[in-house]
Amino acid sequence: MRALDKKLVRDIRRLWAQSLAIAAVLAVGVMIMVMAFGTQRSLTETRDTYYERSRMADIWSGAQRAPKSLLPEIAAIEGVARVEARISQFAILDIPGMDDPAMGQLLSVPAGGVPEMNVPVLREGRFPEMGKENEVMLALAFAEAHGFGPGDSFAITLNGQKREVVVTGVALSPEFIYTIGPGSIMPDDQRFGVMWMAEDVLAAAFNLSGAFNSITLGVTRGTDLAPVKDALENILKPYGGTGPYDREQQVSNAFIQGELDQLDVMARVVPPIFLVVSAFLVNMVLGRLITLEREQIGLLKALGYGDAEIVWHYLKLSLGIGAIGVLIGWGAGYVLSSVMANIYVEYFKFPYLVFMQRPSVYAIGAAAGLFSAMLGALLSVRRIARLSPAVAMSPPAPTRFRRGIFDRLITFFRPRQPTMMILRSIGRWPVRAALTSFGISLSAAIIVAGLFMFDSFDELIDIAFVQANRQDAILDFAIPRPESVLDDIENLPGVMVAEGALTMPARLYHEHYSRTIAVEGYREGNRLVRVFDGNERVDVKPEHGIVLAERLADHLQVRTGDMIEVEFLQVDDTRHKVIVTGTVSQFFGLSAYMDNDNLAALTGRAPQMLMANVVIDEAFEKELYQAIKDAPAISGITLLSQVRRGFDETIKESAGITLTVYTFLAALIAIGVVYNSARIQLSERARELASLRILGFTRGEVSYILLGELFILTIVAIPLGLWIGYGMAAAMIESFKSDLYALPLIVTDKTYWRAALVVAGASLASALIVRRRIDRMDLVSVMKTRE
Amino acid sequence: MASRVFHTEGITKVYRTGNVEVHALRGVDAELFMGEFTVLLGASGSGKSTLLNILGGLDSATAGKAWFRDKELTAMRERELTRYRRDHVGFVFQFYNLVPSLTARENVALVTEVAKDPMSPEEALERVGLSARIDHFPAELSGGEQQRVAIARAIAKRPEVLLCDEPTGALDSKTGVQVLEALDRINRDLGTTTVIITHNAGIRAMAHRVIQIADGGIADVVVNETRIDASEIEW
Ligand SMILES: Nc1ncnc2c1ncn2[C@@H]1O[C@H](COP(=O)(O)OP(=O)(O)OP(=O)(O)O)[C@@H](O)[C@H]1O
Ligand SMILES: [Mg+2]
Repeated sequence: MRALDKKLVRDIRRLWAQSLAIAAVLAVGVMIMVMAFGTQRSLTETRDTYYERSRMADIWSGAQRAPKSLLPEIAAIEGVARVEARISQFAILDIPGMDDPAMGQLLSVPAGGVPEMNVPVLREGRFPEMGKENEVMLALAFAEAHGFGPGDSFAITLNGQKREVVVTGVALSPEFIYTIGPGSIMPDDQRFGVMWMAEDVLAAAFNLSGAFNSITLGVTRGTDLAPVKDALENILKPYGGTGPYDREQQVSNAFIQGELDQLDVMARVVPPIFLVVSAFLVNMVLGRLITLEREQIGLLKALGYGDAEIVWHYLKLSLGIGAIGVLIGWGAGYVLSSVMANIYVEYFKFPYLVFMQRPSVYAIGAAAGLFSAMLGALLSVRRIARLSPAVAMSPPAPTRFRRGIFDRLITFFRPRQPTMMILRSIGRWPVRAALTSFGISLSAAIIVAGLFMFDSFDELIDIAFVQANRQDAILDFAIPRPESVLDDIENLPGVMVAEGALTMPARLYHEHYSRTIAVEGYREGNRLVRVFDGNERVDVKPEHGIVLAERLADHLQVRTGDMIEVEFLQVDDTRHKVIVTGTVSQFFGLSAYMDNDNLAALTGRAPQMLMANVVIDEAFEKELYQAIKDAPAISGITLLSQVRRGFDETIKESAGITLTVYTFLAALIAIGVVYNSARIQLSERARELASLRILGFTRGEVSYILLGELFILTIVAIPLGLWIGYGMAAAMIESFKSDLYALPLIVTDKTYWRAALVVAGASLASALIVRRRIDRMDLVSVMKTRE
Repeated sequence: MASRVFHTEGITKVYRTGNVEVHALRGVDAELFMGEFTVLLGASGSGKSTLLNILGGLDSATAGKAWFRDKELTAMRERELTRYRRDHVGFVFQFYNLVPSLTARENVALVTEVAKDPMSPEEALERVGLSARIDHFPAELSGGEQQRVAIARAIAKRPEVLLCDEPTGALDSKTGVQVLEALDRINRDLGTTTVIITHNAGIRAMAHRVIQIADGGIADVVVNETRIDASEIEW
């Protein structure tokens, strides 16, 4: 090995603690990159392969009752490659041993025996056969939740007729990789399941012979979806079409896409923070090393080594640190990827998970890691070239302290001498002090950005499930009912209050913007579901116009007072001019609200209901559930208490892990920055501090001079970090916004305190480690060494 | 007459610190000859180190010209100066300037690895009488031993010129003599042109040529007819 390389190895060994602190910060950056990119790619690939193989639809639409004779016309739409008509219905299930009713989404299996599109992947047993009235095939999630397999049975109410069904098989569906029931926000596999029955059986039960109420389309690659959707909509309009939608609005796909987007944000936002901090640390440590070794550098130049050789020598040191970081990052990324894979297997129902460890992901991680180490190094090795050998060989002049404005300011306050030394040192190297403070602040920022989500969820639950929705359950009707049905509902045992809710699929137009949504009917005096603004915490009445969810108003580029046009998809082509009377900040869905009577006047139809909201007397819960299981008109039920509980549980589960992870990450940054700064300060000021000790200063006083500066920088860093964290939180909220949901931006004091305490704690811990070095400083040898 | 290794014409060096100008050299015309052992004497601050650094290609002149043989040092760019130092010059400094994380042998290897026709580190250390300390780190060597490692490192590449800035400045008389003996022996054995800066007037007796510097210029040049041995120097 060459002599210079030996020096390199010995340097790294001597600086191991600092090198490791830097490598660890860098490793986290690489790890998250490897994990997030790797997982994102695997998940994307798995999803795309699955969609491709099972011929996942590109466009969906519902209808009330459309004749099959429409199919050739639909198939003839330009760009359509595949069409499949089917029956899709909700039904109440009566599961043995379960008091509360569950809800099923029934899909038809065509006469051919197996659907041609959205093909279910059999896991067990077989498909239900034509004409077999009691055969049902279950989606895996639901089957697993109840321990059902072929041969097991339960009861199902099909259009008012309760019948016993037997499970023939268990399957997975590309349409339900992520399954949530209507009105729910979390999967609840106990209470909601997807299942298949023979088409002729469902047609007979729902009076849909020769007709369909759900259609899926596949298009040829590269087809523009908008004209296809328009054509489909026009064809289905006379038959109660509910408006076509594509994969973007398909719930399961949208959730997976949301997950992919989050991984993407994670891969892009978090690693750069760690890489920047590690670049800064490399810069700081290497800068100090070069200052310390300026004579050796001068000597090497005198010996005839060129600038490039000497620069390369120091770059190798940073590359060494970078390489250690990359290796640790690779290892940790590998482990974390498989942890993530397991989580996805649990949350998403894929028939297989293509989880490959991709070399390219590791290569990108390594490149980013080494690049940041090099970047930090390059900024400090520039000085090497500027160092003239003759100057380098003579001892450096004492650092010049100037009497600037800052100095006058601090002298004005007449601090004691040690404090004076601290303040002068900050004033002398303001850039370094600022960067150090910034580095520490990122640690606080990471905690805020990592944990604020729970504050937002709390707020969201409060608004969505306490303030805006006060019902205990939502009952769905199989077909629209007149308002008089509410009397029947109120007569059910245990129902204390029942209010109706009507939705009408509609398209809203403004200028060249348009959006297909469901307009919800508003009835003066309703108490259970409020048109509630989350931010202002007030009710908003639609009056004679329409109230829009803020995100919907954004889509349409309208504000209160603007006119929009509303077309009711199941009625006719007429576009009604309606004034926007208000907007509400809402976190789920894209809703629009109009007064029931107003709706009736516009559409020429009496208000009818698809859902009823009810308040339940807990004492009669069992009786009510039994009644619902037997009620012919009710096709579904969503228990909001269960939704709330499921949500709370899921959040509590992840809260602990998230808190630990982010605390660890933040502590790593804080320790990396503070420890390295303290070590560098100690090395720069060892003689000065030793002299003070010889003059009779105590260890505590001397430590105060050294660590006081870091203490001040940390105090400055914390509020800065909280502010940066808030900014990051706001950016994340913005990037997670989708049609499905938006999160309120809430950061509570608790989160801020947590961030502040973690950073203060980590800084203190690293300061104490360095303090021990100060205490053990050998005064004689420090004074003997020449600088 | 021996051929010239170095000669300078009107070398001037001005240091500027803020608005203060220090004239370290004020137009020096000097000549140094092949194989000679030359001593530079002068008061502190008179400009000795500055002159030596310019000759060694470590520093640039403000005005004037300096030649190594027929090559003009003052016209060279940084890259050529590096080449020049690497191929032709050996340096010894007052404070040894060893790399603390490398052993004696490795400090010498630092040079032999990049030189064209070096002797082995072992041989170089042998020449300064340090064979027994070859694997010691600088911290494990005495001042005189460290300086001899520095000399071994300087001569290992068989340089044409050896430039020493107060090589005995930090040493007591006994070790100082050992270091001077090593330098003298190398000058005799290898014919290396040697220039030594010193404050010790006693050393002048062992030189071929003594150049007296005063206030940034050459005050006097003396050529000794007879030289004494390093061991006879009165400290
Ligand atoms: N980097 C520098 N900046 C400013 N002035 C300098 C610098 N280096 C040297 N000088 C000044 O130039 C003058 C000559 O310096 P030089 O180091 O050549 O003296 P010297 O003869 O070697 O002295 P000594 O015997 O003390 O080593 C001195 O006045 C010194 O202060
Ligand atoms: Mg000098």
